Amino acid sequence: MAYLLKGVSILGAAPADLFIHEGVISDKPVEGAEVIDATGLVALPGLVDVHTHLREPGREDAETVETGSRAAALGGYTAVCAMANTSPVADTAGVVEQVWRLGREAGLVDVQPIGAVTVGLAGKQMAELGAMASSAANVRIFSDDGFCVADPKLMRRALEYVKAFDGVIAQHAEEPRLTEGAQMHEGEVSTRLGLTGWPAVAEEAIIARDVLLAEHVGSRLHVCHVSTAGSVEVLRQAKARGVRVTAEVTPHHLLLTDELAAGYDPVFKVNPPLRTRKDVEALRQALRDGVIDVVATDHAPHAVQDKECEWAYARPGMLGLETALPIVLSVFGEDWDLIADRMSVAPARIAGLDGHGGDLTKAGTPANLTLVDPSVSWVVDPAGLASRSRNTPYAGTTLPGRIVATFLRGEATVLDGKAVK
Amino acid sequence: MIRHLRSAADLDAADATLILDTAGEMASLTGGREVKKLPALRGRTVVNLFYEDSTRTRISFEAAAKRLSADVINFSAKGSSVSKGESLKDTALTLQAMGADAVVIRHPASGAPHRLAEWVDGSVVNAGDGTHEHPTQALLDAYTMRSRMGRLDGLRVAIVGDVLHSRVARSNVLLLTTLGAQVTLVGPPTLIPLDVAAALSEKTQVSYDLDAVVPDSDVVMMLRVQSERMQDSYFPSAREYSRRYGLDVARLRKMPEHAIVMHPGPMNRGMEIAPEVADSPRSTIVEQVANGVSVRMAVLYLLLGGK
Repeated sequence: MAYLLKGVSILGAAPADLFIHEGVISDKPVEGAEVIDATGLVALPGLVDVHTHLREPGREDAETVETGSRAAALGGYTAVCAMANTSPVADTAGVVEQVWRLGREAGLVDVQPIGAVTVGLAGKQMAELGAMASSAANVRIFSDDGFCVADPKLMRRALEYVKAFDGVIAQHAEEPRLTEGAQMHEGEVSTRLGLTGWPAVAEEAIIARDVLLAEHVGSRLHVCHVSTAGSVEVLRQAKARGVRVTAEVTPHHLLLTDELAAGYDPVFKVNPPLRTRKDVEALRQALRDGVIDVVATDHAPHAVQDKECEWAYARPGMLGLETALPIVLSVFGEDWDLIADRMSVAPARIAGLDGHGGDLTKAGTPANLTLVDPSVSWVVDPAGLASRSRNTPYAGTTLPGRIVATFLRGEATVLDGKAVK
Repeated sequence: MIRHLRSAADLDAADATLILDTAGEMASLTGGREVKKLPALRGRTVVNLFYEDSTRTRISFEAAAKRLSADVINFSAKGSSVSKGESLKDTALTLQAMGADAVVIRHPASGAPHRLAEWVDGSVVNAGDGTHEHPTQALLDAYTMRSRMGRLDGLRVAIVGDVLHSRVARSNVLLLTTLGAQVTLVGPPTLIPLDVAAALSEKTQVSYDLDAVVPDSDVVMMLRVQSERMQDSYFPSAREYSRRYGLDVARLRKMPEHAIVMHPGPMNRGMEIAPEVADSPRSTIVEQVANGVSVRMAVLYLLLGGK
């Protein structure tokens, strides 16, 4: 299939025609190309999410690789990295290959499995990282996300071990003893609500330790969902020293604060928790400065019964794939270069996903891209989302920017704002 | 009047004063009479939904509802469908179908009354939720202070002990500062929650030195301290806690002559309070229990729109 995107604006540039042919960007008109009127639409390299929970295998009632892939494509993504905390855990070549194969079958985005660092996410014994790296899934990111690799010796060894195949450890930075029973950010609001606090220092202490470990062994480190102003300062110093560390921030940590816990509605319960306005401001600045490299959704679908309950009993996490770009647009405005870098180019580089995050102005670039209409606002309706779950914190919120079309290697996955399959 | 009592912060000074005044009327209407019953809530249904053992609070609410002639249903988490894993929402829908006019809830999870209020039409009364609040305890404490001291405005109240985990302390700070009292929270720094003044009331003071606070207090309210807290390094030992923060006879002597000693119960005698202090005439502990019934009568009566 060939496409002509008529009058499209690549990253906000002057409108021009863009040709897609045989899976790549073409600089020549193609006979019989399907014409899409892209007047007023902005083309971005397809978004890449380095932190997605697709829940399959194990919790197919909350999400499947297929439903999550559809949500991703509708959110403008062409690649997502599927976290390892499934059931069974993605800690063997068998499970990561299963997830990879399910992603291929769904065919809506590239599903790149993340492998667990330790067997069963238990933090005790290193999983067969090499076998996952050598498998068909070609795993490069390893993470126990949901749990911190708290044991410093194990963390050091994992950082070292993955150098053999250019892997990276993505750390869920949460000192476990400091967060026992933790329910929300520790501060004024947790005191008022009588909910056990999750202190910022529990994140900052692990990041500080891990950047020192990564520096010591000369390895790459990636920090998941950075949530505090203090973490930003630790990262800023580490980067200034030349430590090979990258970091992500979620859309919700760029927008929402702990005050939202006041009604005890667990749709606002997430780990790490929503922080304060001061943290939100620091995270925004860090993303602008590049101290934080990427926006990652931490898309975490949960079944209704796991959220319609008491706060303390609810599972942490929120949906993210279908609202990420609109949230980033609402926070940063139409800074398309920033958006393309932090949501596509940089995450593709961190995940080693060649073919994503490419330059759309160059002929031959794989045609992984998405078209956004920045002039359209929409109201988030949980029931209208493609995810199997409904736990979005933005229900009823008006957000700017609508994804009109998404292309994966030249094939449309979304057209007219609807998934093609 | 408000519809739910989920937090002491739901009450402004006028509402709180109305509850205390009404409690006084309830006490005089039922006190000393052989038939302790008023017809005010005849035909209304009050459910006591208790997810935690709390005989004293449940009995107090039950007595209050019955003295107002309401029908009372006790729904205990033990031996009910709750222990089979029924969700709070499904339980709420069941109570709703049974036509509960008020649900009194005691629950180990902070905020459970807020969730419940979204799923039932009747009034929700928080009878203690996790480490959050216990507003009727604060009301009965305020009632007791007002009865003994004649006023709340300007009263100097020290609340001593495990403030961090205390729902009684949170509700008392909110209610007492609303009513003009000066509250000082006293305890080891490990048991005073972060940013407590900003969180609850800017008028709240914090001290780590009980001996410094006692001589300037009109009311000293001791909180229950569970000795398990020492396993979690909040303090080194029960003995050290008791020496630094227990109310013993020596500290009682340093209190002003008119000052009173309170405790929400159940007490750890010898830990946070010496037996001689608990049993002294300055202690209002038994009075607090009696006042609890009157205050809860007033709350149910006013929330259910009794006239």
